[in-house]
Amino acid sequence: MTVTATPSLSGLPDSAAGLRTFLHGLPGVDKVGVEARTAALGTRSVKTTAKAQAIDLAIRMVDLTTLEGADTPGKVRALSAKALRPDPADPSCPPVAAVCVYPAMVPVAAEVLAGSGVHLASVATAFPSGQAPLEVKLADTRDAVAGGADEIDMVISRGAFLAGDYPKVFDEIVAVKSACGDAHLKVILETGELSTYDNVRRASWLAMLAGADFIKTSTGKVPVAATLPVTLVMLEAVRDFRAATGRQVGVKPAGGIRTTKDAIKYLVLINETVGDDWLDPAWFRFGASSLLNDLLMQRTKLTTGHYAGPDYFTLD
Amino acid sequence: MPKSAKPVATSVVADEPEADASVRPAKKAAKRARAAAAPGSVLAADVPAPPPPAKPAQEPDEPAAVPAGRLTVRKTYKLYIGGAFPRSESGRTYLVDGDNAALASRKDARDAVVAARKAQSKWAGATAYNRGQVLYRIAEMIEARRAEFEALGVSTAELDATIDRWVWYAGWSDKIAQVAGNANPVAGPFFNLSAPEPTGVVAVTAPASLLGLASVIAPAIVTGNTVVVITPAAQIAITLAEALATSDVPAGVVNVLTGHSAEVAPWLASHDDVNALDLTGLDDTDLATDLERSASGTLKRVIRPAAGVPDFTADPGVRPMTALLETKTVWHPKGF
Repeated sequence: MTVTATPSLSGLPDSAAGLRTFLHGLPGVDKVGVEARTAALGTRSVKTTAKAQAIDLAIRMVDLTTLEGADTPGKVRALSAKALRPDPADPSCPPVAAVCVYPAMVPVAAEVLAGSGVHLASVATAFPSGQAPLEVKLADTRDAVAGGADEIDMVISRGAFLAGDYPKVFDEIVAVKSACGDAHLKVILETGELSTYDNVRRASWLAMLAGADFIKTSTGKVPVAATLPVTLVMLEAVRDFRAATGRQVGVKPAGGIRTTKDAIKYLVLINETVGDDWLDPAWFRFGASSLLNDLLMQRTKLTTGHYAGPDYFTLD
Repeated sequence: MPKSAKPVATSVVADEPEADASVRPAKKAAKRARAAAAPGSVLAADVPAPPPPAKPAQEPDEPAAVPAGRLTVRKTYKLYIGGAFPRSESGRTYLVDGDNAALASRKDARDAVVAARKAQSKWAGATAYNRGQVLYRIAEMIEARRAEFEALGVSTAELDATIDRWVWYAGWSDKIAQVAGNANPVAGPFFNLSAPEPTGVVAVTAPASLLGLASVIAPAIVTGNTVVVITPAAQIAITLAEALATSDVPAGVVNVLTGHSAEVAPWLASHDDVNALDLTGLDDTDLATDLERSASGTLKRVIRPAAGVPDFTADPGVRPMTALLETKTVWHPKGF
């Protein structure tokens, strides 16, 4: 395992200047290299039994998501039921990792998921823009946790991050983390708005230093969502962070992952870069909605021997 | 009535009110038909019953006279999927009369079904008038490519019959609903209306002739279906696809796979996302039976004509269209 950066954390100062010095001292990302590497790994062929295993693992990693203004309690209940039994015709199909909804829908989903082992994630902190006062964000978080969410997906203030106000972002994450209590905190970097891979690496380190349990690429609400190169930069960050501090942090690409082929590329990427410690639903998730149906269709193809069609799976 | 296609087209037009703008393509058809039927034209002669098999006009080893200093430009016949001309994902080719053609695989069939499904709702949602225009445009494009088809061994008579067949089907686009639909008498205060709707994605094992291809593709798409066609006759089928690609046919409405039915068709017959299977052109009866059996797993409509190559020059009637239509019946209260 090669480690890209081994920053010395001893003496990481609390001061704004110290944080800035540390983040800007991280080595730059080789844009061409990271893109070439993910492109090369994306050509791996995964077939038959390996593919079957990959599909089941990917299903177990899905955070089944619905984040629409038009979400109704009925839709959230249906989605939660699907999370428990993704393929009602096949009991051997595993449940997904979690259901991800808006805070207002948390109690509805909690009712269906209670005691099932499927986690309940809620976005919070003025998702998706993050442009709200800190008190509002904290209240949002506490509401979601009180409603039954055991995972919180928060967005960082990209405006503050891009303006270079790292301490503000840092303090916000710390505050939300404490508001989460026992709930896991996923920090959404919204990489589509961060412009450069260097910024992605800095934001990843910033979130992890502030106490994130997971770092997540995107809200899914901006045109550029999860990509393989961005995920590779984040995977390298969590690997380096564990090497430096001993604490493992998870990664969640979200948005734009729609096909089984895409999902398997991510699994190959994990296996070939950070190792199989992260090949587990506890440390890697897919934020997706339509991905699950494609995974189920491919799974059906493997078990029945003929191509499946979308008419045979629920719309959600 | 040997040249059935034309007289029917003419009579369809004659029955329509002159003011109806939607019959314009068919009117052109009639004009064209009248012109073509002039004494001495090829069409006045009887169309030969079975279409002649395609023969290359020249052997590839002895190309037509090429000016000195110029290399021959050889053509590779590729697949036609989603409006593009990709090679087979398998990278395989086979020789058709000395030309290289892409040999379609299971995964090409899978991609073609995805493309056909994607195109289906929009094509079915287009107005009948628009679909008729597009089909008429196809006839125009085939007309413009006569020389190319003739070089592939398609006879003038077959070309004429093919073009007329497209025009004839084009005219049906806004008339089939009147023939296949109905206002039903019911014992109650309701309007009860039956309207035909396209079946969806149709997989076709196509005949090897140009007229045969037209006779299976046109009736399927004129009503709003999309098709995945598998045929061994790569040169004619892909030349036809080139005409389709320049005819405003939306991408994915017609997808052409060249290769072996025995290899690809079973995957289409068992595919959950294919709604109908047309076995016209498949002469292997054992394979046809297997495909029919496999199609029953998803309750597909199956068209399986009597054994042997059908006589495509005969009047097809409306059956090829109605076989790929579903009937939707609506009850509507009335009389308040």
